Amino acid sequence: MVKVGVFLCHCGRNISEVVDVPRVAEAVRHLPGVTYVDENKYMCSEPGQAAIRQAITEHGLTRVVVASCSPRMHEITFRRAAAQAGLNPYLVEMANLREHCSWVHADDHEAATLKAIELVKKAVARISYNEPLTPQPIPMTRRALVIGGGIAGIQAALDIAAAGHQVTLVERESTIGGRMAQLDKTFPTLDCSSCILTPKMVEVAQNPNIELLTYSEVESVSGFVGSFEVQIRKRATLVDHVKCTGCGICWEKCPEKVPSEFDLARGKRSSIYIPFPQAVPVKPVVDQVHCRYIKYQEFEASGAEGKKPPQCRICEKLCPPQALAWDQEDEAVTEKFGAIVVATGYDPFDPTVYGEFGYGQYPDVITGLELERLLSASGPTEGHVLRPSDGTPPKTVVFLSCIGSRDEERGKAYCSQICCMYMAKHAIVLKEHDPEVQSYIFYIDNRAVGKGYEEFSRRAQEDAGAVYLRGRVAKVFPQDGKLVVMGEDSLIGRQVEIAADMVVLAAAVVPSRGADEVARMLNISYDSDHFLVEAHPKLRPVETHTDGVFLAGACVSPCDVPQSVSRGSAAAAKTLALLSKETLVGEPTTAVVDALRCSGCQLCLEVCPFNAISTQVVAGRTVASVNEGLCKGCGLCSAVCRPAAIGVKGSTHKQLLAEVASLWT
Amino acid sequence: MQSVIPTSGFRVEVERESGEVISRCYQCGKCTAGCPAAFAMDGGPRWLLRAVQLGMRSEALDSTTIWMCLFCSACHARCPAGIDIPRVLETVRHISLKERRPPASKEVALFHRIFLGQVAGLGRVHELGLGGTYNLRSGHPLANIGLVPRMLARRKLPLLPYRKKVRWFKRLLSEEKKSGD
Amino acid sequence: MTKQVAYFPGCALEGSAREYDVSTRRVFAALGVELLEVPDWVCCGASSTHGRGQEVALALPAHALRAASQMGLPLMSPCAMCYSRFKLASLELAHPEARARTEAALGQDIGELPSVLHPLQVLDEIAPQATVPLDIKVASYYGCLLVRPPAAGFDDQENPTIMDRIVAGWGAQPVSWAFKTECCGAGMALARPDMVARLSRRVLEQARQAGAEVVVVACPMCQANLDLYTGEKDTPVLYITQLIGLALGLSPRELMLGRHLINPLPLLRAKGLVNHG
Repeated sequence: MVKVGVFLCHCGRNISEVVDVPRVAEAVRHLPGVTYVDENKYMCSEPGQAAIRQAITEHGLTRVVVASCSPRMHEITFRRAAAQAGLNPYLVEMANLREHCSWVHADDHEAATLKAIELVKKAVARISYNEPLTPQPIPMTRRALVIGGGIAGIQAALDIAAAGHQVTLVERESTIGGRMAQLDKTFPTLDCSSCILTPKMVEVAQNPNIELLTYSEVESVSGFVGSFEVQIRKRATLVDHVKCTGCGICWEKCPEKVPSEFDLARGKRSSIYIPFPQAVPVKPVVDQVHCRYIKYQEFEASGAEGKKPPQCRICEKLCPPQALAWDQEDEAVTEKFGAIVVATGYDPFDPTVYGEFGYGQYPDVITGLELERLLSASGPTEGHVLRPSDGTPPKTVVFLSCIGSRDEERGKAYCSQICCMYMAKHAIVLKEHDPEVQSYIFYIDNRAVGKGYEEFSRRAQEDAGAVYLRGRVAKVFPQDGKLVVMGEDSLIGRQVEIAADMVVLAAAVVPSRGADEVARMLNISYDSDHFLVEAHPKLRPVETHTDGVFLAGACVSPCDVPQSVSRGSAAAAKTLALLSKETLVGEPTTAVVDALRCSGCQLCLEVCPFNAISTQVVAGRTVASVNEGLCKGCGLCSAVCRPAAIGVKGSTHKQLLAEVASLWT
Repeated sequence: MQSVIPTSGFRVEVERESGEVISRCYQCGKCTAGCPAAFAMDGGPRWLLRAVQLGMRSEALDSTTIWMCLFCSACHARCPAGIDIPRVLETVRHISLKERRPPASKEVALFHRIFLGQVAGLGRVHELGLGGTYNLRSGHPLANIGLVPRMLARRKLPLLPYRKKVRWFKRLLSEEKKSGD
Repeated sequence: MTKQVAYFPGCALEGSAREYDVSTRRVFAALGVELLEVPDWVCCGASSTHGRGQEVALALPAHALRAASQMGLPLMSPCAMCYSRFKLASLELAHPEARARTEAALGQDIGELPSVLHPLQVLDEIAPQATVPLDIKVASYYGCLLVRPPAAGFDDQENPTIMDRIVAGWGAQPVSWAFKTECCGAGMALARPDMVARLSRRVLEQARQAGAEVVVVACPMCQANLDLYTGEKDTPVLYITQLIGLALGLSPRELMLGRHLINPLPLLRAKGLVNHG
């Protein structure tokens, strides 16, 4: 015979102001199994918890119902209190008299009291079927994977490594560094971006705890927190990176020059290349689309007639350590990790959707990131800002904000957060490069919300003389060798036309290509803009709904360098909390299959959002089988199971039916 | 300068008649920036949407902005909030007409009145008649006059109109006019 | 196979833009498209019904849509204004409430709504049969109403290409330029000729800077504004049907090329596109 104790909470006046708590106490006192009823102003307070502990010991309670707030708030509190008194914590149930009752029925005290009575009755009916449950230990692989080698991923990897744990950093490009490596200077301090980033990149390469896999991509992920199995494809570089010394002869002498992705096609690179001089690792890869020898081989293999393309192989002939490896192939490796940090970063929005700005049509209309390359000393113009059309230095430069941002029709609804500040930075840096440059910045709202940002923005106006015009530009068109920018200064309410030498578009920040695929592999969500979704936007900003998977950098939402670094460190901290344990404690409230009842229809496999159900053969029959490590106890399988063969521990069919039946008695 | 006391009644009125959600406008100014007629307007489309948002009823109804719109829809095509701005301007013009307020552009209002009169009376527009009537009634008898002999010489202006009264349209026009009373 | 359409010339094509009507009829006849004129058609209302409420604005286009519906043919008007009014009205009349009110105003059922076409859409579907090579640089000027408002337009709003594609198909060289869809001043010619002159001059100047020898249009208002309110020495402005007519070997007289204020004939002669007239 169970002995149920019912503990009614007033929650200050949150509950008792609406619900007549003494009346609830009287109504439930004589329910079957109830042997003890108590009230407290704050059940969650230490005296409240002590009352629970004391009642368990003194009255020999075998079940506890706490009627207070949402279990999301205090289930852990009361389970812990019960455990301290020697009761299995899963023999505690809560009835939610606050969120489900007093708060939503504040205008009808009588009905609220009746509902409160029913909520407690339900919990009491349910709890007699509760069984003691014991959490299962989950083994922990004390090794982390970081996906993406931009500043956020670099920071996460360095922090995890600094704590003494092994970490693998996977980057799909041939170097780490990401978007920050493309920047000339960073706001608001105007640090040279490479100068502050390169030491961190080198540290990644040299840290013995970090395994760096560049030119590699994650192909599949299985398993769960503590033991993710990740398949990584290492793309063939056609260069033996062990032999290669990074001397640079190959990329200097390679005759096949193609537009450089790193310079956003504003400069050229060879077909065997490193993306930029400070690349890490300083080892080249062969671009198999453009390499002449590859083309030659393809021609030979096709058996086509006609003139053969040149064999070239100049790199091979000149390479001192003979590092070219033409028959190298992609390599797939599978490794095990306890936790994963996703730091896939961002791409700039493609401004060609705005025909009115002529991006791609007029060479002197460029994006902010392209201007970074023109400003950079290691960029295609060696830091001399020149118009792509005629190579002359621009004197009048017009910046257009929100290109793709804050536009629900043709772009994105959100603010891209970094543009206002980098426009100010560009105005300041352009003025430093050439005092004759006059910048005009069309903005809608000048958003300068970080530390030192407003002051920096003032500097652009006061010191660099940038003219800020509040309004969005309608059109850019060529006239008499200039680009005419048509806007409105909405503060004075007049149309403005500026004949510019160069127009810079502050293209929106969008999630990096392929981030959604990574999300699907990891079973984490992404929003309608394909940004990855955090477990809670305020209180769990780097966690996801998949245990052991954390987010860093701009894959969550647009963010600048300081924020990327913070998010990288935060994700590392969360990762370290896991890696510091030998084993993890798994929730015991998982699905369980009654193999005798299971018909093997496998509907549960289809609906399981965590891929936790597979099949096994029991006595010659195929039946469902639950992986307790992956199961989150959501109950979808139970809901679709026609023979009622799957139940969830802690929410069994018996418990649910008892709750429903209690409402009719 | 007189201070504005923001009210919402006018916005609700315009939103109801136009079907456009004016509060979606966040005043980015892209409409006015590319408006080919803005130079001839007092406030321009962005200003008009703001006036509607703030409930500046008489300023909006008496503005030249609602009369100078060319209905080229460049603003609508580019509006990041997808607002059919010409529809809003047209709606404010309709309210202004219904209230029999003196139009801020007599010329444009007169032109449209004569135009629709021709449609009702003749069935089709007769350009020479339209121009002549407009010039006489607008007090600009010599407007565009230089073009007339050159157009006549190239037989661009037929002398006689098509004539077929459109009674149902005439009735519709007068009913619409009465609806403002 | 002869295609048939219900043809709605519109008021301007009976007057100042008769050359557009005549060249359209000749070109479509040559291309095997039969134009059956809507009987007793009434003006579409143009921009003058703006601000007079939905009933007034819908009634006149509905009248034409009903006529085409009775003919069982798609409704085609070469006038961009008429086309736009019909297209927008047909979209609004898809709502039962608007339809019921409009039918009450007309005193007649509209019937099944016909599809609405502009000649450019038909020309885009027909394989060019040029007999005279059009060695000439052309700025295609679309104006507003063929591409906007978004619901009624049939090409990109900022950089449409349908007309460029058509003239290129007939052998001319389209130039790329930025003012394809800027407004010419539309129906303001009488009330505000200053606006029309300012806007039209800028359009022609942009076409000239882009290297165009002629501007082609598919709207009588565009043609009139660019032709009448600029200068007689400016870049000639032809209807697209006149240009295609030249490629088909039609004479300047047949295409009424002598009616423009900016006389295109000296250029066309110099280019060898016309031999006589």
